[in-house]
Amino acid sequence: MLGLALLLPSVAVFVLFIFWPLARTFKLSTTGQDLFGRANRSVGLANFKAVLHDPDFSRVLGVTAGYVLLTVLPSILLALVLALLLQQPIRGLRVLRSAFAMPFAYSVAAASVVFAALFNPAIGIANYLVTSLGFAPVNWLTQPGTALLSIAITTIWMSLGYNMLVLLAGIGGVDDQLYEAARLDGAGTLRIAWSITVPMITPTLFFLIVVDTITALQSFGQIHLLTKGGPTGHTTTLVYWIYHTAFANGASDYGTGSAQAIVLLAVVIAVTAIQFGVLERKVFYR
Amino acid sequence: MSVATEQATAPTAAAPGRDGRPRRPWSAARLSRIVALLALAAVVLFPVYYTVVGSVMGPGDIASAPPSLIPHTLTFANYRGVFHAIPLGRQYFNSTLVALSITVAQVVCAVLSAYAFVFLAVPFKRAFFALFLLTLMVPWEAIIIPNFLFMADHQLRNNYLALILPFLAGGFGTFLLRQSFRSFPVELRDAATLDGAGHLRFLLRILLPLSRPAIASVAIFVFLSAWNQFFWPLLITDSPRMQTLQIGLASLNDAEQADPGLILAGVSMALIPTALLVAFGQRFLVRGLTAGAVR
Repeated sequence: MLGLALLLPSVAVFVLFIFWPLARTFKLSTTGQDLFGRANRSVGLANFKAVLHDPDFSRVLGVTAGYVLLTVLPSILLALVLALLLQQPIRGLRVLRSAFAMPFAYSVAAASVVFAALFNPAIGIANYLVTSLGFAPVNWLTQPGTALLSIAITTIWMSLGYNMLVLLAGIGGVDDQLYEAARLDGAGTLRIAWSITVPMITPTLFFLIVVDTITALQSFGQIHLLTKGGPTGHTTTLVYWIYHTAFANGASDYGTGSAQAIVLLAVVIAVTAIQFGVLERKVFYR
Repeated sequence: MSVATEQATAPTAAAPGRDGRPRRPWSAARLSRIVALLALAAVVLFPVYYTVVGSVMGPGDIASAPPSLIPHTLTFANYRGVFHAIPLGRQYFNSTLVALSITVAQVVCAVLSAYAFVFLAVPFKRAFFALFLLTLMVPWEAIIIPNFLFMADHQLRNNYLALILPFLAGGFGTFLLRQSFRSFPVELRDAATLDGAGHLRFLLRILLPLSRPAIASVAIFVFLSAWNQFFWPLLITDSPRMQTLQIGLASLNDAEQADPGLILAGVSMALIPTALLVAFGQRFLVRGLTAGAVR
């Protein structure tokens, strides 16, 4: 009995704010609204039909996929290069590690408003670099070709500190004897990194790919603060689409928004399942 | 990948034994590794530099084209200005209150449930544990509409309760503490029981003091994510005096004439607690971050 009692506080919070809302999301997704936004009738799967036939739907999925591809692997690769460089003893290592971890201290709002200033077409450093190289200035956040890229760069920077810390922990767990054996065999630093360190930390890489993908699928703040989903939907991901349907500019279409939320839930579960199915077979567990 | 090729020519690096203070002579390879690190540091740390230096720049420096990278004048006007642009003191208090409440509650809930999972008999234990794991898999964004409606229906918008209640418990802390409690030496537990220690005494006198690192991990991690929340506080508050610091930063950015100096001063102040945690709590952070990665 004592055991149940100790679980009770957590379970109560979960039921009230996770499981009951989850059930309610399903219920809302089959509900229509009157003119005043009151949910008052069941419409079956009409909301889902509307979402799937929405001309925006395929673009939203494409933007979401593009955003995940532009953020997850580039950030992990960059963090891996950093972690490999920081792995070996060097003067001032602790300071450098803490410095490279600093992006992790930035909230999504803090990072986004700083990058908004960096991407500012008139006074931002991005255009300063571009024009110094002799190119024309770019409207980073308002042009279809660069808006998603700018958000991705912001996200890559934000996630760099986290990814590097996790990779350093993974690298720290590799048996030193493996390095010594490789060195006796005459392997160079790059060869050691590629043939020993990377294979030995595949569980960590796999963990990061899964976690970063889920985080990317849930991104909201950087999109809201940098582009508000624009220009003309070019940065509207699934989560931002939900916000747009249910909350933005006085919108209150909770039925359609809930159907979109179910799509998000399905995408997150499907992507995670696929990653476990495909990637985990390539992971080398000790 | 110039970095990779530079690495390839560094045969003397990665010496066995991490003495931290290599006394080997400077080779071209070591030098190139340091150059690569410094180049990467310049790129990665530039936004941090810009945040801090930009916050003490006058408008002539920060809002000029081309942008100045070094301040010609030093001013704290931006820091004073933020307090006029948004109720920063109040928002700082809001963020602190909300993040600390969530942290304390989640740690307490996690300790209780992890204790039950590891040391007590619970009917349907496996099912309950699966339920806890399930909470980690439901994206908050997918259930944000009903949670918003719940708060709106109970007149809890612009209320601390709305910012705090949904996050009083979390699966992550339970998961991490359960791992830690499971590795607790059985002999110590048996010895405590023989000495007649009840559950409460065992928990408070023996288990918790010995689990301090794991608890610190949970606390730091929960505090960071609570402090940094954005979507939910944006939805649930619209009165500036009830908003958190993060939403204050957003409103500085959305202002008609966004002033980069003000924004960077605001960001610098919002960063203080999190930067301290990342700098000094790194040991605990890594443990929390990798709880799922290293088995």
